Amino acid sequence: MAPPTGGDRMHVLAVDDSSVDRAVIATLLRSSEHRVTTVDSGKRALELLDLEPNVNMIITDYWMPEMTGYELLKKVKGSTELKEIPVVIMSSENIPTRITKCLEEGAEDFLLKPVRSSDVQRVCSRMMMR
Amino acid sequence: MEVVQLQGRLIEFTSSLFREGFLDDQYTQLQQLQDESNPDFVVEVVSLFFEDSERLLNDLTTTLGQQIVDFKKIDAHVHQLKGSSASIGAQRVKNVCVAFRNFCEEGNREGCLTCLQQVKHEYYLVKNKLETLFKLEQQILQAGGSIPLM
Repeated sequence: MAPPTGGDRMHVLAVDDSSVDRAVIATLLRSSEHRVTTVDSGKRALELLDLEPNVNMIITDYWMPEMTGYELLKKVKGSTELKEIPVVIMSSENIPTRITKCLEEGAEDFLLKPVRSSDVQRVCSRMMMR
Repeated sequence: MEVVQLQGRLIEFTSSLFREGFLDDQYTQLQQLQDESNPDFVVEVVSLFFEDSERLLNDLTTTLGQQIVDFKKIDAHVHQLKGSSASIGAQRVKNVCVAFRNFCEEGNREGCLTCLQQVKHEYYLVKNKLETLFKLEQQILQAGGSIPLM
């Protein structure tokens, strides 16, 4: 799955167990004109990625029950089919070792919650320029 | 009541919520995301917060009421509540959650019980304030006015 070329609208998969945060991140992404699918767990994210080939970016919460965002990142980067999809991690906790760990595992960026419009615009612009 | 009076009342009431620390800038961020294509966004997200919070507060009450307290479980619930309150800008609820998590880490049951009372108090206060705010907005719209930008 290749990243989008410049000027394309992205299909973003947003993963968060919080219904409040799913609503916020979806609206932030849609206001930047991107198509968004939201799921509430890493497990559902992997199920969707299996069925839906056209995901251009994954944005996931770090702290989720059963499968953390970090574990989801590892599975994506460990998969031949999925490893090219950029993954952005969100967390409400500013823990340097957590940030380093995620970036070393291949995360494109790490956003602190609550995520703001400027964060989403910055991340999406970078993806579009790849 | 005339539209202009209602609008004035809304501005004053909203300002007081920020001044008294009930809401922070994150609430303003949500308002800025609301537009014609998504006209009920703020009410919808805040409603999700209400549902989430009431479920979490019930779970916290049950878990803290057990003979042997599972502090890891309590911390997980408080983490969720802290997250969602931060996401809608409910600053005072979020701040109590920060203290609550510290007591969880210490395994301090009394501290946790006190925080639970405080977080319930702050939650019901902000819920009441937000419901009043939404009612005012509805009254303005029904009177043919528009919601003033803050």
